[in-house]
Amino acid sequence: MNRGEHGRGRGPGQPGPAQEIALEEAFREHWGRLLALLVAQFRRLDLAEDGLGEAFESAAGHWPAEGVPGNPAAWLLTAARRRVLDRLRAEAVAARKEPLLVVDAQTRHDAAGVMADPGGLVADERLRLVFLCAHPSLAPESAAALSLRLVIGVPTADIARLFLVPESTMAARLTRAKRRLAATGAPFSVPPEGPARDARVGVVTSVAYLAFTAGYAPGSGPDVTRTALAGEGIRLTRVLREVLPGQPALDALLALMLLQHSRRDARVGSDGLPVLLPDQDRGRWRHDEVAEALALLEPMARHRHQGVAGEYVLQALIAAEHAIAPTATDTQWHRIAAHYAELEDLTGSPVVRLNRAVAVAESQGPAAGLALLDGLEDHLPRSHRLPAVRGELLSRAGDREGARAAYGAALELCGNEAERALLESRRNALDVPGIGPVESARDFQP
Amino acid sequence: MRYFVTIAYEPTVWADADEATRQRYHQEHLAFHDAVQERAHLVAGEALAGPETATTLRHRDGAPVLTEGPFAESTEVVGGFYLVEADDLDTMTELCALLPKAYSLEIRPVVQVEGFESR
Repeated sequence: MNRGEHGRGRGPGQPGPAQEIALEEAFREHWGRLLALLVAQFRRLDLAEDGLGEAFESAAGHWPAEGVPGNPAAWLLTAARRRVLDRLRAEAVAARKEPLLVVDAQTRHDAAGVMADPGGLVADERLRLVFLCAHPSLAPESAAALSLRLVIGVPTADIARLFLVPESTMAARLTRAKRRLAATGAPFSVPPEGPARDARVGVVTSVAYLAFTAGYAPGSGPDVTRTALAGEGIRLTRVLREVLPGQPALDALLALMLLQHSRRDARVGSDGLPVLLPDQDRGRWRHDEVAEALALLEPMARHRHQGVAGEYVLQALIAAEHAIAPTATDTQWHRIAAHYAELEDLTGSPVVRLNRAVAVAESQGPAAGLALLDGLEDHLPRSHRLPAVRGELLSRAGDREGARAAYGAALELCGNEAERALLESRRNALDVPGIGPVESARDFQP
Repeated sequence: MRYFVTIAYEPTVWADADEATRQRYHQEHLAFHDAVQERAHLVAGEALAGPETATTLRHRDGAPVLTEGPFAESTEVVGGFYLVEADDLDTMTELCALLPKAYSLEIRPVVQVEGFESR
C-alpha cells in the first residue's frame, strides 16, 4: 500500500501495542460493515471474505511500520477491493464460473460507489448480510456458523471448536453454505416489513441463540475455551440489536445469554468437574453482566409478549430469579413456577412442563410437583431427566421404592457419564439408613 | 432465476377430500397463478395423472426395461410441477406458500447450461 494515499496516518512507529489495538479495534468495528459492502458490490461471499481477510493481514504488516491510516476502514476497503478484483481476473483466465448472489442493481451501484474518503462509510449493508446468513433455507447449525464467520468475523478454527467438529469439517460446511445461498438464489436483501419480516427476525434470533448455546453443549468435559467462545454469540447478538433496533426478542435474548454466561466461572470446580447451580459460588458470577441483563429485562417484564419474544422474556425472567437470589435457598421458586406456567401456555412444551414441575415442587412440596409429571412419559419417552426428577421427588415424599424404580429407569436412558454417576449416588443414598431424602430436585435443573 | 417446483402429495389425502376441499385446492392454485403473474413469470405448469399410470424406464445390461409405477416408492408422490421465472428464492417461497398446505414442495433452481438453450 502506498502511504501517499493515506497521508493522514499517525506516522510510522515501531510495531507495538498501539498498532495492535488499532487493528483489533478496526476488526471489531469494521469487519461486518466492510464484508457486507464487498458482498453488495461483488455478489460473492467467498471472495468478499477472502479479500477482506487478506486486507486485514496486509494491515497487520503495514500499519506497525507506516502508522495507522487516518481512515482505517477506507484503507481496508481499498485493499480488499483490490484483492477481490485480482481474484476475479484470475478466475476469468481459468474460466471458472461461480454462481453470483442475487443483489439488486441499486444496492450494487451504491456499494461500488462507496468512496474511500475520510467521511467514513455511509452505507451499512449489515442487515442484508444478517438476513442472508440466517436464511431459513440453511440448516440452523450452518446458519449459526456462517453468521459468526461473516457478520462478526470469528475465525473458522474457533467456530469449529465451538461446534466440536474438526476445522476442515467446519471449513467445508461454511463453503457449502456460501455456495448454496448463491446457487439457490437466496437474496441479499431485507424482507419487506410485515409478518414475513417478523418470521425472519425470529430465525435470526434463534440462530444467534444456537451460536451461543453451542458453547455450552455437552462435550468431553469442561472446556474453558468453548465457554469463552459462547461469548461470541453474545457479540453477534449485540450486532443484531444494532442493525435491528426495537426488537423485544433480541433484547430478551441478550438478557438471557448474559445471565447464563455470567455464571461461567462458577460452573467448573477446582477439580475440573461441573458445579451445579445450587452449589455454585455466587461471588464468582459476573455481577456487571447480571446488572446489564436486569436493565434490559426491566422494561419488558411488565407486559406479556407473544411468540418468540415472549419465550425469551420468560426464560430470561427465570434465569434472573436465580441471578438475584443471594443464596440458593433464597430462590423465589413460586415466581419461577409462575413464569414456567406462562411459558408452558405459550409453547405447550413437555420439557417446560418438566421444569415447571421442579419449580412447583420447590415452592409447594413434592406432591404438587409429582402431580404435574403425570402423563409426561408419553411426550418424553427417551428423556432420562423425567424419571430422574420423578425419583428425586418420590424420594423427598418418602417413597423409597418408587424412587429406586424411577432412578433405575433414568439410568437406563442416560448416556452421560457425569450424570450417571450423580444418579447412581442418589439411588445408593436411598439404601443408607438414617440419611433422609436428598436435598433437592434442583440439581436436575439444566 | 428459473425455478422448478415439484409438487408432492399423499394420494390418500386427495382421495379422501370432499368436494369443498377440492374446490379450495383449485382456488389456491388460481391464487398462485395470479400472484405469479403479478410478481414473476410462469413458464409452464401441469398436473400429472396418478402414480398408478407411471411407467419407469431403466436400462439393464444395455437394454431398456420397463416397470410399472413411479421410480420411488413413498407415501408422497409427484402430482405436478411448475416452472417459474422469479427474482429470487424468497419470492419463490412466498409464492409457493399460497399453494395447498397439504403439499410438500421442492423448489430447485434450473441450471442454465451455456450453449444448450439455443439448440
